Amino acid sequence: MENNLKKVDIIFEVDEKVTPIDVLDKTLKRAADEIILDLIDSGLKGRGGAGFPTGLKWKFTRNEDSDVKYVICNADEGEPGTFKDREILDRVPEKIFTGIAICGYVVGAKEGYIYLRGEYNFLLKTLQRKLDIFNSQLKERNFDFTVYLKSGSGAYVCGEESALFESMEGKRGEPRNKPPYPTVAGYNSKPTVINNVETLVYTTMICHMGPEKFKALGTNDSRGSKVFSVSGDTPKPGIYELELGMPLHEFVNEFGDGDAKAIQVGGASGHCVPRKKFNDTIIGFEGIPTGGSMMIFNSSRSMYNVLHDYLEFFTEESCGQCTPCRVGCQQLLKGIEAVKRGERPPAYLEDLKKLTATMKIAAKCGLGQSVGNPFNSIVDNFREEIIY
Amino acid sequence: MSKYMVNLKINNMPIAVEEGTTILEAARKLNFRIPTLCHHPDLTVAGNCRVCVVEVKGARLLAAACATPVSEGMEVLTNSEKVRVSRKHIVELLLAEHNADCTKCFKNGHCELQDLASEYRIGDHVFLDLVRPESKIQDISSPSIVKDDSKCIRCQRCVRTCAELQGVSALAVVNKGDHQKISTFLNKPMHEVVCTNCGQCINRCPTGALTERNYIEEVWNAIYNPSKFVVVQTAPATRIALGEDLGIPIGNRVTGKMVSALKKLGFNKVLDTDFTADLTIMEEGTELLTRLKKALVDKDPSVVLPMMTSCSPGWIKFQEHMYPDLLDNLSTCKSPQQMFGAVAKTYYADKINIKAQDMIVVSIMPCTAKKFECERPEMRDSGYQDVDFVLTTRELAMMIKQAGIDFDKLEDEHYDSILGESTGAAVIFGATGGVMEAALRTAYEIVTGREVPFTNLNIKPVRGMEGIKEASIKIKNVKQEWSFLEGVDLNVAIAHGLANARALMEKVKSGEAAYHFIEIMGCPGGCLGGGGQPIPTSPEIRKKRAEAIYSEDEEMPIRKSHENPEVTEIYKHFLGEPLGHKSHDLLHTHYKPRKRY
Repeated sequence: MENNLKKVDIIFEVDEKVTPIDVLDKTLKRAADEIILDLIDSGLKGRGGAGFPTGLKWKFTRNEDSDVKYVICNADEGEPGTFKDREILDRVPEKIFTGIAICGYVVGAKEGYIYLRGEYNFLLKTLQRKLDIFNSQLKERNFDFTVYLKSGSGAYVCGEESALFESMEGKRGEPRNKPPYPTVAGYNSKPTVINNVETLVYTTMICHMGPEKFKALGTNDSRGSKVFSVSGDTPKPGIYELELGMPLHEFVNEFGDGDAKAIQVGGASGHCVPRKKFNDTIIGFEGIPTGGSMMIFNSSRSMYNVLHDYLEFFTEESCGQCTPCRVGCQQLLKGIEAVKRGERPPAYLEDLKKLTATMKIAAKCGLGQSVGNPFNSIVDNFREEIIY
Repeated sequence: MSKYMVNLKINNMPIAVEEGTTILEAARKLNFRIPTLCHHPDLTVAGNCRVCVVEVKGARLLAAACATPVSEGMEVLTNSEKVRVSRKHIVELLLAEHNADCTKCFKNGHCELQDLASEYRIGDHVFLDLVRPESKIQDISSPSIVKDDSKCIRCQRCVRTCAELQGVSALAVVNKGDHQKISTFLNKPMHEVVCTNCGQCINRCPTGALTERNYIEEVWNAIYNPSKFVVVQTAPATRIALGEDLGIPIGNRVTGKMVSALKKLGFNKVLDTDFTADLTIMEEGTELLTRLKKALVDKDPSVVLPMMTSCSPGWIKFQEHMYPDLLDNLSTCKSPQQMFGAVAKTYYADKINIKAQDMIVVSIMPCTAKKFECERPEMRDSGYQDVDFVLTTRELAMMIKQAGIDFDKLEDEHYDSILGESTGAAVIFGATGGVMEAALRTAYEIVTGREVPFTNLNIKPVRGMEGIKEASIKIKNVKQEWSFLEGVDLNVAIAHGLANARALMEKVKSGEAAYHFIEIMGCPGGCLGGGGQPIPTSPEIRKKRAEAIYSEDEEMPIRKSHENPEVTEIYKHFLGEPLGHKSHDLLHTHYKPRKRY
């Protein structure tokens, strides 16, 4: 079978002639509204997983009337199976800094922050050194903007934007009630743009190459490309930038080991796609969206164990404040254990599926809301592995 | 700036409400009840229990009604299929991690989770029991508060109470996920942390996770013990709230019925803490005037101002932990409860010819910190533990129910004498500003020979529910011996709730305000909002209780402490004079610093 999988090189591309700071210089000469229009035109959606249109986010924040605004780069890459931001932070941090600074210019912020995952502290020193250079470059240009680094402490939930703000403010990392949304009241209750690492790099690159080139990639609903973290039963695990909107079978042909029985798309909180659905699954916002994690499982893997691991993870990483998530995760975990041991009938899985429906609509944040994704997709497609 | 109105529909009924109104508030206006657990009128919004979820047409997620502001054109459904299923799930989930041995629970019949479970007819549990065995070990280290993690539903009302209202944060959230729980610093027992025993957390706990340490059985045993003479005292704020637990509407005074009930329960004598409240005014008022003289005339550097009241044991422990450097500012007066115990086991025991060791003094208090206070080593000046047992207003209500007394039908009875006579000044000790008002009524008259210059003795500037109140009273035309006070503006301040107390202490420390006298009550609203009062509590409830207290004051024949004839009597025959030798031995004490960690 012919493989149309298109590899792209935008994120990591290094252009000796046009450096990120050159992009910044060029962009700062443009009107903020024009930059926003370009971003909207490009169709860029957030690369952290939720997929909110980036241009709109910037626009909303720009429109807020406030003396103080913030730009925050969410580098709390905690989704199991996702490791692309680490690579971006390591290889092209200047592109991130530039994206933050451009955003600051557009929305009218004077401070930007990178909230770095606690487990990535080994990057702190290098990042800080490069950041110092970048900040001094901003100073030379009389651009009143500074980027700071903040380190997280390893809680998965702090990747949720409002929990991240709480954490940055020195409080317990627990998601807030919404509304208000970050564009209105984010960090320190001020209007805040919070974007994923990769998203910010794309904003830099769209400012560099124009929206057309970006838009030419992908599909109507999923413009552009995306960096994927490929792991599991694959002969070539790693980081790959691929065009969005690809059919899953093409991905499997490229990366699978010939025996793939399921792909977990989007990390632990994402969906599990079984072999029989590879052909009609699209990776993108019209199909299955992903923050980048693609975990491949071959026939040697127990899907019960996979689900059990995920549920253990969520049970531990729920912040614990809201009932559906705190207790729901435990029920799902103990529930499949009880079914496996024969202490509850297989039909109990239906009760648990109904519970995930409640979690999806009643939990306070995306963590609890998405636990049903892996649960239902694994239970529905690998029911016999869960029961026996 | 006036707010604009937002139009929405709830269950297809149109309503217009001010912007910023939550769905919960709007629904209440239409008389749709949405259940809540983590929500409390005294606290910031948490939105974590999720039982108040409602459906907003067109929205992907259900909205927490308590935390979601209305928006124009919103269509809300409070009882759709989605809502019902989710809400029932959430109640079931809460029950799964709740040790639902309701019949053994102190809060049986007063539990918000029990009510919800009953409403939704949660029969057989669908989900698995998640109660951890170790969570069932109650923390009974505190003489005031029992903490039972197995009953906790993590609504965090206690955490917000302790932080927002009390500024103490003895309770906080620790760990995450399935290990998340409400705990203390380093998970230490309650008696080893900064907990002030105020019991405000108990007043707001929806379940039995936080309850008072109850001494009902001990008191019954004392009553039944023929060799013990059991004396009971009742605090000012109990008489305006007890009825709430016995089917009588909020804001009704039940003083006479309470006395009658206590007699029927079998107490040998029913006496009144109000008597020692008047005594406190004599001692504390004199102490204030003496301090003023030493500071203003003698320039004695060992005398510190402002003087601060010392009636509230929650406040005392707060000060010991948080502001040990201001302990000398505290009045040396013991609280009225402890003055009562000390006088009962000496003066009174003598009078009625009962040996102190045969006497049991029981207090009925609106307070849980009083349970701690009566066990303090400083409180044994009679040679015995001055007060033996402290019951909350709630515990008394339980005893009355246990005894099969039809409270509502009781005829009013009078306190026994002696130690049963009191004044309006004593009653208002139960409301924030009351001690200040009582002290001013007496001190002003001592100094000038005239009544305080306020209509009908009502010193309105020190009343009300503002967190911190300030007032200034000009002292004019004083008697000869108080000439140093001529023309002085007496500056006073009042705070209730320990978060307000903290704010006031910061003002004192910074020197921003120069007060002479400060009244602090540990609980919001003063004792009427105490941690031992009937549950629930809210600003409206406390307002009604305050009105009841001030109307009791107005109806008392005597309204100034120094005119209490039994007080005159005790000075004449026993104490001598305020701050005299005997007073010093029995009625005064000093407190020592405590560590915060």
